[in-house]
Amino acid sequence: MIRNVRPHITRNEELIFERSSPGKKGYQLPDLDVPEIDPAKALGGLVRDEIEGFPEVSEVEVIRHFTRLSTWNYAIDLGMYPLGSCTMKYNPRINEAVARLGGLAWAHPYQPEALAQGAMEAIARLEDALCEITGLDAITLQPAAGAHGELTGILLVRAYHEANGNPRKHILVPDSAHGTNPATAGIAGYQVRNLKSNDQGMIDLEELAKAVTEDTAALMVTNPNTLGVFEENIARAVEVLHAKGAMVYMDGANMNALVGIARPGDFGVDVMHINLHKTFSTPHGGGGPGGGPVAVRSHLEPYLPVPRLRRGSQDGQEVFQWDYNFPHAIGKVRAFYGNFGVLVRALAYILAHGGPGLRNATVDAVMNANYIRHRLRPWFDLPYDRPNMHEVVFSDDRQATKGVRTGDIAKRLIDYGYHPYTVSFPLIVHGALMIEPTETESKLELDGFIDAMISIAREIDSDPQLVLKAPHLTRTSRVDEVSAARKPVVRWTPARASETSPAPDLVVAGDGIRRSD
Amino acid sequence: MLDACSLASAEDLFRQIPAEARLKRPLALAPGKSEYEIAEYFRSLAQKNANGYASFLGAGVYNHYRPVVVDTVVSRGEFLTSYTPYQSEISQGTLTAIFEFQTMICQLTGMDVANASMYDGSTAVPEAAMMAVRVTGRHRILVARSVHPEYREVLRSYARNQGLPVEEFGYDAETGQIDLADLESKLNGETACVILQCPNFFGIVEDANAVAGLAHSQGALAVYTFTEAVSLGILAPPAAADIVAGELQSFAISPSYGGPFAGIIATREKFIRQLPGRLVGQTVDTHGNRAFCLTLATREQHIRREKATSNICTNQALIALMATVFMELYGKEGLRELAVQNLSKAHYLGDKVKRRFTGSYFNEFVATGDGAPVSELNSKLLERRIIGGLPLERHYPELGNAALVCATEMTKRSDMDAFAETFNA
Repeated sequence: MIRNVRPHITRNEELIFERSSPGKKGYQLPDLDVPEIDPAKALGGLVRDEIEGFPEVSEVEVIRHFTRLSTWNYAIDLGMYPLGSCTMKYNPRINEAVARLGGLAWAHPYQPEALAQGAMEAIARLEDALCEITGLDAITLQPAAGAHGELTGILLVRAYHEANGNPRKHILVPDSAHGTNPATAGIAGYQVRNLKSNDQGMIDLEELAKAVTEDTAALMVTNPNTLGVFEENIARAVEVLHAKGAMVYMDGANMNALVGIARPGDFGVDVMHINLHKTFSTPHGGGGPGGGPVAVRSHLEPYLPVPRLRRGSQDGQEVFQWDYNFPHAIGKVRAFYGNFGVLVRALAYILAHGGPGLRNATVDAVMNANYIRHRLRPWFDLPYDRPNMHEVVFSDDRQATKGVRTGDIAKRLIDYGYHPYTVSFPLIVHGALMIEPTETESKLELDGFIDAMISIAREIDSDPQLVLKAPHLTRTSRVDEVSAARKPVVRWTPARASETSPAPDLVVAGDGIRRSD
Repeated sequence: MLDACSLASAEDLFRQIPAEARLKRPLALAPGKSEYEIAEYFRSLAQKNANGYASFLGAGVYNHYRPVVVDTVVSRGEFLTSYTPYQSEISQGTLTAIFEFQTMICQLTGMDVANASMYDGSTAVPEAAMMAVRVTGRHRILVARSVHPEYREVLRSYARNQGLPVEEFGYDAETGQIDLADLESKLNGETACVILQCPNFFGIVEDANAVAGLAHSQGALAVYTFTEAVSLGILAPPAAADIVAGELQSFAISPSYGGPFAGIIATREKFIRQLPGRLVGQTVDTHGNRAFCLTLATREQHIRREKATSNICTNQALIALMATVFMELYGKEGLRELAVQNLSKAHYLGDKVKRRFTGSYFNEFVATGDGAPVSELNSKLLERRIIGGLPLERHYPELGNAALVCATEMTKRSDMDAFAETFNA
């Protein structure tokens, strides 16, 4: 057995507060070129004493702190990250470079339009490209992320119904949907009606027909759905909704399966959001930022958030203007114009690929997911065994007979050097393993992943405990999430830090080394 | 790979898509471009924007120096290209950074708990209002007219659909601070929260704790927002507030034509279960070593679905990391010194032009043009390669010929002299 030691600080990074010592600083401001003002005099009694507990460290300590912390993370740059629904593809670095160009990164949202034409042109080009890709008529780039786009889209639906005399009461959400869908419908002031999927995991047309009434505002549908399967009855489902005057909202989280192959506008969708941080490669950055543009058919266009970009021409030159004059608009969903820096990155991705390249990426993404399905089918249960698009969902049924669940398999996968798939989602698959490889993985990488999964399946047969206690090879072993939630410690304080620092028996006296078995 | 899938061609991968749903032509997008061409294209776009101008714009987005270390850290692939840290064992880097972020936001704001970030300040405000509605069981929202106009617009978009009436209260025409009498007359037993901004949109410092007292007397929560986080380096923290919802753009986040930024939401410990968004907590691993993980997920959409406290999923983690690095670099002394520099610069300029309000101000103020319309003055400034202040007539017609003017540590004395010369001519 290998003793897991942490001999050096690089393998046992403290919090910055524990490294802090009075008087240290990591900055240098220039000398003031104006007289210094005394805050107490200028601001009266509204000034503070020192910021208690705030760190005091040097620049090199900051760099080392974060460089060391970074080594505790897994990332796309290290390897395959097959998180279903999240589309963890490679993030091209040219996107980062162009988003940092001074004229773009330092543009103030209120600078005169004549001095912002470049930024506005980037927005126009991205609007055009996304309308072409989705087959829809108009778009807003204002929403900051997918869930924010959902909210925007449902507000548009509500505005449309209100203009027609009745906001309606409920939104239909399939039981396979992302959690953001029902949460969004709730925040937008609608009741949520869950729609049971059929035995194929798809929209059940009969159930749908029964559920749709004059009170239905919209159906929120993900296509391909969260099983990674194209909703082949989508056109008929759209007809059912439209016949009652209801709208069809598409969650575009899985758009990576469709770009260049099929367009939501062509199969009847009224409104959808796109996740720029999924399909269009902007980095997830440990949880954000994203971009959640919302595209609509023309009947929803009058309600789009303001301002909207107006295109004109002057002396043969294209000229852009922000237009706030849309009396039916839902207002604003975010200050300014959206996550502009994310928009620039997405546009760079689209330009790099071009039309044919985007389609090729889709083909590769779908190919990769199908390859995984075929290779892993002998080893893992496939509850909905159908041709899939960009992702595939297995269940842990076979492994569960040995007491090993999807979450355990995920942890063992970490030992093999891969980030786990999405665990226990969608909810309609008991013990789901949701795998989305994306187009950026080579066959070599896919085979490595598949071999690891097969090896784990074998381990479960011979030694389930090995998998149940995984991961074994990470610096952090399984963490106690239950205690974390029971008595939440969500900030550092000197007293609390000493309470929960490693137990004394793990510290070897004399050399200061923390050891654990 | 096709053989392994028993497929004859890649096109067969899409057989399950009904013909009527298929796109039968190529996308009408140009063929792919090389890296060099893309760099050239965006360089040409950047050149069409302002380059080499001095700027006096603030109004929620501020020109502050970005220490280079910030981009060094956030460019590391391990931070840049990782997902939300659901798998704690291989995400301790992100989790630890967020834990430090949460801690520093608490230290700055005087609150007990802070989440891992919101999209921005403008969306953090309605999230705070909805939180106040859940906590109080009341529905009316009172918001100061001196809160950023775009924040108020976003608040209205969110509130309208939940049937939450939003009412505004005014500011004192002389001081620019909130009109306490107006607030008092509108505050009643149905008010869920009172929202004010400090420094307010006009740059004026409010007595946030006095407003909190008034709100509490009617059982309402006090929600405090800020757009200029640097002010927290010298201003008293809003310790009497119940929820603080603000914007960290000033902490090494480039203006980037309005985003991506990072919003925060912080509150008292007793409201922790009503907090929207992700939260990182401390725990131990099986070896007994300190570790961090996402916690209290039962508030969130992926567990709670339609009963979640918010629909937020993706947040602004990488941008929050920029702010985290910034806070650690500047630290206790640096943030104060930075704030004093901002205060000093703004007061140098403020003493040279006619200000509209008498209240104490931090690094922004409302300047009134003598005679000439502000738009004309701004045109003259542009000839000197200076972008003037934000004309206020669209959002505050009652202020007449006025502009919101900002100076930061980046503003040069010579540019301020030029600004004053033009404005006073």
